[in-house]
Amino acid sequence: MRRRPNYVAGVGSLVWLVLVGLPLYVMLAATLRTRQDYAENGPVSLPDSFTLDNFTGAFDSGFGQYFFNTLVVTACVIGIVLLLVPPLAYAIVRSRGRATSAIFRLFLLGLAIPAQAVIVPMFYLISEAGLYDNLLGVILPTAAFCLPMSALILSGAMRDISPELYEAMAMDGASPRRMFFQLVMPLSRGGLSTIVVFSALQAWNGFLFPLVLTQSDSTKVVTLGLYNFQTAHGIDIPGLLGAVVLSMVPILLVYLFARRALVQGLMGVGGK
Amino acid sequence: MTTHLTSARPAAGPRKESRRRPPASSATTVGRPSFAWAVPAALFFALFAIVPLIMVAVLSFMSWDGISSPEFVGMDNWSRLIDDPVMLKSIWLTLLLTVLGVVLQTPLSILLGVWAAGHQRNRAVLSVIYFIPLLLSATAVSVLWRALLDPNFGIPAEVTWLFGDGNLFGEQSTAIGVLAFVSTWQFTPFHTLIYQGAARAVPQVLYQAAEIDGAGRYRQFFHITLPQLRTSMITSMILMIVGGLTTFETVLILTQGGPGTDTTISAYYMYDKAFKSFDYGIGSAIALALVVAATIISLIVVRVSGYDKMRSSMEGVS
Repeated sequence: MRRRPNYVAGVGSLVWLVLVGLPLYVMLAATLRTRQDYAENGPVSLPDSFTLDNFTGAFDSGFGQYFFNTLVVTACVIGIVLLLVPPLAYAIVRSRGRATSAIFRLFLLGLAIPAQAVIVPMFYLISEAGLYDNLLGVILPTAAFCLPMSALILSGAMRDISPELYEAMAMDGASPRRMFFQLVMPLSRGGLSTIVVFSALQAWNGFLFPLVLTQSDSTKVVTLGLYNFQTAHGIDIPGLLGAVVLSMVPILLVYLFARRALVQGLMGVGGK
Repeated sequence: MTTHLTSARPAAGPRKESRRRPPASSATTVGRPSFAWAVPAALFFALFAIVPLIMVAVLSFMSWDGISSPEFVGMDNWSRLIDDPVMLKSIWLTLLLTVLGVVLQTPLSILLGVWAAGHQRNRAVLSVIYFIPLLLSATAVSVLWRALLDPNFGIPAEVTWLFGDGNLFGEQSTAIGVLAFVSTWQFTPFHTLIYQGAARAVPQVLYQAAEIDGAGRYRQFFHITLPQLRTSMITSMILMIVGGLTTFETVLILTQGGPGTDTTISAYYMYDKAFKSFDYGIGSAIALALVVAATIISLIVVRVSGYDKMRSSMEGVS
């Protein structure tokens, strides 16, 4: 059946397009123009100069190092999530018994624990463990806080595997371990890529743990670099926006390749 | 929460079936993994989330400056907080910002979500741009808007007919407005996705039946789409509330709680007390209050959305 277009929603979506598009335009335009041009002609005008100084300026204030640190944090967080979550989700979906449902409930409650709530004791624990101002001290709590949502997403994906497949393997006398590696893991590739993208986003954009648990330039991550750049160069708006754009580039690249996995994974969050 | 863990029985022998399910044939119980598969993740999560959660409760009864060892002071932190006008104000501000977030984001994201669930030709291209705020860190978003709304060099200096004298950060009402707007800008795409997924799942038969009965576009929206989105609406609103209670970077970067303490919300006040005034006991007490609020809401999530029943309902169908 042919359906007429929904005009109200169409107009709403156009308004939203302006609300998102205009700031993005101002940001991109500002980063490509000189400071004088921006100050004289204002943010909304078309640029009449072209320069890459705003990006090189960001690199001069240490962003190369911050990028490297963020990359290390993100890679390690993904590694931990991939190691811990698939067996967890497998048990949640397939194991019968009270212990597993108790663990599942623990993670469901964990969804609601905000990072701010545990930041004071985390600071204490990480300092006591000698990991203060060490990237490992950022990696471990960040990974832990990725677990609840990843477990929810991946167990959702694993539920879609048809029970007949397990039964067929059970008839052949396959052990849980063999089912996990030969059936569950290959069939939940979609869910796995979603949790990778999701954790990468969390780790790349993380702010509070690095803010409280690190201190020196050698352990600073990109978000913290941005925050400090703002405090130090608040008036140099093109320079500041150049740093913002740089901080987004990697995640935008990932988005272009993994849009489907991210969007579908997040769409499932609301329940159907 | 940890009591569940300690009361866990070893999973040897035939496993107990849930009462809801009819007795399964041996084929469905053979080759099921034991709970041990979930233990590494549970331990890791307990160590970095549950243990600190217990510690925050303990620390809220202690005085600690971060250098000397913590000292037990009973209800001292709590009675100081109750008498603290800034704390009371911060709770009020937190609630205000949370409610503003829900009121602004819910209609907007339902509208956008339902629209994006349709099949317009330009939808795919537009949705790429729509969802960009979803990818940006709260830090990047806040720094971006701080720069765009700068009173001297930003958009307000140019568009004076809309912004008046231009200093949006100098007054409580406009500063709160900016915070609510920036949160909406950042989080609407996420909630739009939730509604988009839910709107796609509405059975087309319902619309076809309504059309035969002569129901117009708007009646269909209010009588079919909205009721069908009910579960997602609850989930989304609760996520908005938990997100609102824990807003932090936005305030730290955009207003630093100012002017004065006019935008000092609870999460920012906690950070300020603990990591700027080095009063970790008071900071813990505020944090604990935040957890209690967020946990109550999450329990509502689990009950209402039926997340905890997903296993039995999905696996039973075959």
